[in-house]
Amino acid sequence: MASPPQISSTPQSIFRPNAKHREAISKIFRIICAIGLGIGLVVLGLLLVDVFQDGFARLWQPGFFTGNASRFAQKAGLRTALLGSVWLLILLLLISVPIGVGAAVYLEEYAPKNRLSQFIEINIANLAGVPSIVYGLLGLGIFNELFGLGPTLLSGALTLSLLILPLIIVASREAIRGVPQSMREASYGLGATKWQTVSNHVLPYAIPGIVTGVIISVSRAVGETAPLIVVGAVGYLTSNPGLLRRFSALPIQIFDWISRPQAAFTNTAAAGIIVLLALLFVMNGTAIYIRNRFSTFR
Amino acid sequence: MSSFIGFPRRLAVASVVFTALALGACNNSQTGTGGEAQTGGSPSPAASGEQVSGPVAIDGSSTVGPISQAVAEEFQGANPDAQVSVATSGTGGGMKKFCAGQIDIANASRPIKDEEIQACEKAGIQFVELPVALDGIAVVVNKENNFAKCLTVDELKKVWGPAATGKVTNWNQVRSDFPSQPMKLYGPGTDSGTFEYFTEAVVGEAKSSRTDYTPSEDDNVLVQGVQGDPGSLGYFGVGYYEENQDKLNLVQVRNPDTDTCTAPVPLDNVVKGTYAPLSRPLFIYVSKKSLDQKPAVKSFTDFYVNNAKTVVGDVGYVPLPDEAYTSLENKVSNTKTGSTFKDVEPGTDITKLLTQ
Repeated sequence: MASPPQISSTPQSIFRPNAKHREAISKIFRIICAIGLGIGLVVLGLLLVDVFQDGFARLWQPGFFTGNASRFAQKAGLRTALLGSVWLLILLLLISVPIGVGAAVYLEEYAPKNRLSQFIEINIANLAGVPSIVYGLLGLGIFNELFGLGPTLLSGALTLSLLILPLIIVASREAIRGVPQSMREASYGLGATKWQTVSNHVLPYAIPGIVTGVIISVSRAVGETAPLIVVGAVGYLTSNPGLLRRFSALPIQIFDWISRPQAAFTNTAAAGIIVLLALLFVMNGTAIYIRNRFSTFR
Repeated sequence: MSSFIGFPRRLAVASVVFTALALGACNNSQTGTGGEAQTGGSPSPAASGEQVSGPVAIDGSSTVGPISQAVAEEFQGANPDAQVSVATSGTGGGMKKFCAGQIDIANASRPIKDEEIQACEKAGIQFVELPVALDGIAVVVNKENNFAKCLTVDELKKVWGPAATGKVTNWNQVRSDFPSQPMKLYGPGTDSGTFEYFTEAVVGEAKSSRTDYTPSEDDNVLVQGVQGDPGSLGYFGVGYYEENQDKLNLVQVRNPDTDTCTAPVPLDNVVKGTYAPLSRPLFIYVSKKSLDQKPAVKSFTDFYVNNAKTVVGDVGYVPLPDEAYTSLENKVSNTKTGSTFKDVEPGTDITKLLTQ
């Protein structure tokens, strides 16, 4: 037991003041953490500077957003790829949000807590870690072949939905689990039914978490290349994408440009990267806005 | 709660507006397609002279992809309603889809193989084989390398043959008067038609290669690899050398028939066939069924053989001689099926074959 210093008459050999030493360790730890942050920021900064140097000027040349891909780097535009990505984005939201949030609500609010639901839970968590190429092959087998959709935009969107469903379910469940039990009990106490409790209290309270999860998952899907290539996205398209037509997407268009021999395509690809980054930035910004908006709303 | 299920109404409204805007944008640009896609050059009109619509699905070699894309770009100016798509999953991958009837046209950087012909026959798919351009495979070394000026095919075989794996690692093993310098190798991945053609021409057997080299499906990565490594040696399509002439040294290859050193630059050496055996034809294979049943595919194929000459230079390849394209036009109009190139040895004079 340590005794108060003024009473203690222990010789110095037993009580060694090492506050300096401990503080030094504390400082070193702080520096290590700062270096970690610094490396992350510097690498990101270098990437951004590099991409913007190569592509920013190209971005504003006429026809970049409205034109088709072209063999001339200066004329190449990303209209079909951008439209493909926007289509995918909308379809993804329409398909995966109702299914994902519905599944999460059922698992959290309705499902009995037994072995089966535990088994399902573990599997969903595992599915969230499966490499995206596997989903591509799954989509190729199910949507392209079995359902006969072929290499179309719809089958690409369905495949990406499969990819992000586990992520959305996991995030939504976390958010729903974060709703205090007392809130549900108060609602029941006033005579509300389960449906009224879930729709009027649980979901609105959980919306910031759900929306954050949805948008981060969808952002990931929009940047995906591998599953789309397997399903049959193409690097060059003369017509606008449609639900049952062949399609392209931004990451695939960028890859096609990067692998061209002509040096000018580097700039075109960099401009494409900026557009993809901007799209992701806007989506993440929306997520943050909605989260803040609804955090104060309740 | 004011709204029905408690979700804030504003969010719902916002999402509906966003969706409507996005869809609206699609429609707007759909109407503006024709005008914007007009590009330079003066392509001759499609043989049919009428506009066609409908999908034309193309897949295959990433080497030939840019040519098909360039032709599609010009074709679209004349046929705004046609939906041409060009994917690049490699010659082998494209052939698989082609013989499964999933696509109309396969791009190939090597002739079709016997197994592939059998697969096509099984599925009842007949094809028209059309060589559309020529390509030279450039052998390159680092800018600092001033001793490897001209290599023989045997020397290349010594370097790239399967027996070299782990053994041939120094330049002085290639030729005794070369300095002692460690050798680093860069080449295309094993799915590439360039890899198959090079191994067949140099080693004597397609796909037979040493395994301890740095492969990449992206030729720009190979350019960077050779550029950054003083002892490096690599090979890829001459288009990638032409765009990076200031960063690489081109190696001449001794033509075994004429015993002279030649390079794929100037490109005339590729056309005349003096850059042998590393000059090769690039192909498209068109499904006969699609030609017969889909007017868009027929019209696109006609357009392809009529206009390939004007666009292949833009994407870094070498056009065939004029008379070759004329014979291709006949081949398309007669829908002559089957492969005449599958057994042709690398280094054979392509122009002669075509004009026969």
